Amino acid sequence: MSESNQEHLQATFDARVAAESRIEPRDWMPDDFRKSVLRQMSQHAHSEVIGMQPEGNWITRAPTLHRKTILMAKVQDEAGHGLYLYSAAETLGTSRDDMIAALHAGKAKYASIFNYPSLTWADIGAIGWLVDGAAIVNQVSLQRTSYGPYARAMVRICKEESFHQRQGYQIMMVLARGSEEQKAMAQDALNRWWWPSLMMFGPHDAESAHSAKSMQWKLKRESNDTLRQRFVDQTIPQAELIGLTVPDPDLKWNEERGAYDFGEIDWEEFMQVISGNGPCNKQRLDHHIAAKENGQWVRDAMAAYEEKRRARREAA
Amino acid sequence: MNDTSKFALALGDDALTMGQRLSEWISHGPFLEEDIALANVALDFMGRARMFLSYAGELEGEGRSEDDLAFLRDTREFTNLLMFELPIGDFGQTIARQYLVDAFEAPYFEALCNSKDETIAAIAAKVVKECRYHLRRSRDWVIRLGDGTEESHQRMQDGIYEMWPYVAELFEMPEYETRLAEQGIAVDRDVLRAGWEKEVMATLAEATLSAPQDGHAIRGGREGVHTEHLGFLLSDLQFMQRAYPGLEW
Amino acid sequence: MSNRELPLFEVFVRSKRGLDHRHVGSLHAEDHEQALEYARDVYLRRSEGVSIWVVKSEDVVASQEDDVETFYEPMEEKTYRHAMEYELPPEIKNM
Repeated sequence: MSESNQEHLQATFDARVAAESRIEPRDWMPDDFRKSVLRQMSQHAHSEVIGMQPEGNWITRAPTLHRKTILMAKVQDEAGHGLYLYSAAETLGTSRDDMIAALHAGKAKYASIFNYPSLTWADIGAIGWLVDGAAIVNQVSLQRTSYGPYARAMVRICKEESFHQRQGYQIMMVLARGSEEQKAMAQDALNRWWWPSLMMFGPHDAESAHSAKSMQWKLKRESNDTLRQRFVDQTIPQAELIGLTVPDPDLKWNEERGAYDFGEIDWEEFMQVISGNGPCNKQRLDHHIAAKENGQWVRDAMAAYEEKRRARREAA
Repeated sequence: MNDTSKFALALGDDALTMGQRLSEWISHGPFLEEDIALANVALDFMGRARMFLSYAGELEGEGRSEDDLAFLRDTREFTNLLMFELPIGDFGQTIARQYLVDAFEAPYFEALCNSKDETIAAIAAKVVKECRYHLRRSRDWVIRLGDGTEESHQRMQDGIYEMWPYVAELFEMPEYETRLAEQGIAVDRDVLRAGWEKEVMATLAEATLSAPQDGHAIRGGREGVHTEHLGFLLSDLQFMQRAYPGLEW
Repeated sequence: MSNRELPLFEVFVRSKRGLDHRHVGSLHAEDHEQALEYARDVYLRRSEGVSIWVVKSEDVVASQEDDVETFYEPMEEKTYRHAMEYELPPEIKNM
């Protein structure tokens, strides 16, 4: 490719980003952009799919048939959302199998919050309310991301997820007005899920490795700290309304900023969990690998059957 | 409980145990698309369980809700057919059970749409559409797996063998159900046997699978005499209501 | 043990009668029939449609980035195809 052609392509790309147009799969794009968007989408897809586990773990034990049905539908939605995201990522020519192989090899990451265990029914409430709540803040922002298939997947996902957070909050609401045991269960779940939820937004803007470039490409539309603040501001009143206490002694309303000040995240813990040393990292990956391995004979059978059928068609 | 209430309870227990079993697949499916599809089938069964159990409680008239019936009865009080409570096994076993049940249920619920009990007929009308889709799916899988690789053929065949002793129960009726069939509320199950055999034999043949010749049957579900598996299913299902009795969730 | 991936299909959904089918995403399946069934489970969990098309992704022929100038720009110049090119007297409100 000639240099002037390269410049022309880069200029077209830059102009599209600047004009809030979308980059589509067959458009020329800088290699770094391609890598970055693929990394972000596959990480997001893996998070949805691994995220099925901590909640899936309570499906057989849900306390009422109605709650069970809701939880099944929600976890199924997560599989669907993972699928939409893999589908969006595949537009860049990387197969889902390759992305999953990278996950299993520990080369691709997923949201570290799913490396915490869900221990009680209240955790299902806390996950829906806080984890989905945090995810939605991020995803709403990503509906305007510059890569077309990613933005469209986000629109679809946001539409479907509106019920996820509500059902979680409703579980917490019922517990918080229930027996002493139930209240304690709800508070305990909030205590354990609060900080990991704040960690979901990633490192501070100044420390974030990929942020600046992603913002420039409009892949990422708002900074980690902006999104985290938004989540805190919208969640605190929700906690207060049902009489639960957010486990942060430094939390207070800042009149001047019109926002909550809150304490510092334990970044050491964050780094530990990200680098594979959370309580459930191994369990989550093992589960995913086992499902894939146990399904191998099924996928082989599909291919073999299709091959036989093709041969029969050709013979006929 | 009157006859119709017992009947609704039995159909509810069938759907509940099957829905519970299928839900165990979520996040364990052989690939993402199938994981989602299995969850849909599980949701269909769970929805059906809720409708039948609610109706059973309503007819009983002692104020028991769907949840009371699902979570506060012990093994001997459950009246589902044994096949529905069996563990999911591998994917071949899950598909074998599903197919043998779907091949029965599609014509069964079609017939039940004409029940003289309006509520039962209305539930059946909703359920039959799901059953037809389930059957299309499970039949397709039996053929793909049966006529796939050597391994898949063997696993599918094993699944069929595993399930076969539990088939007889599908066509048997306790006395109350016979009485209801005579009144046009239930459906004579035995009448469906010939059609079922035709459907299943054709599919097995296409799948290069064989039907077991052994007539050995294991029965007892409708009388509350279950496999040992049900107790464990219930200890999972009922954990919350047993550990924290009488609370709202 | 094969490492072959299930084929990729593009999915198009007609959300209600009277509307065009619209591309909604893709999925993996062994053949067209299975792709249709999975499309229902994957993309229509909330009854988002009344009709589905599935097309093998490899069968989609798409215009290329390089074609932009030759394909589309000549069309842009044919503004006489658009109604707003024709001014009407203000007395006529609609045409």
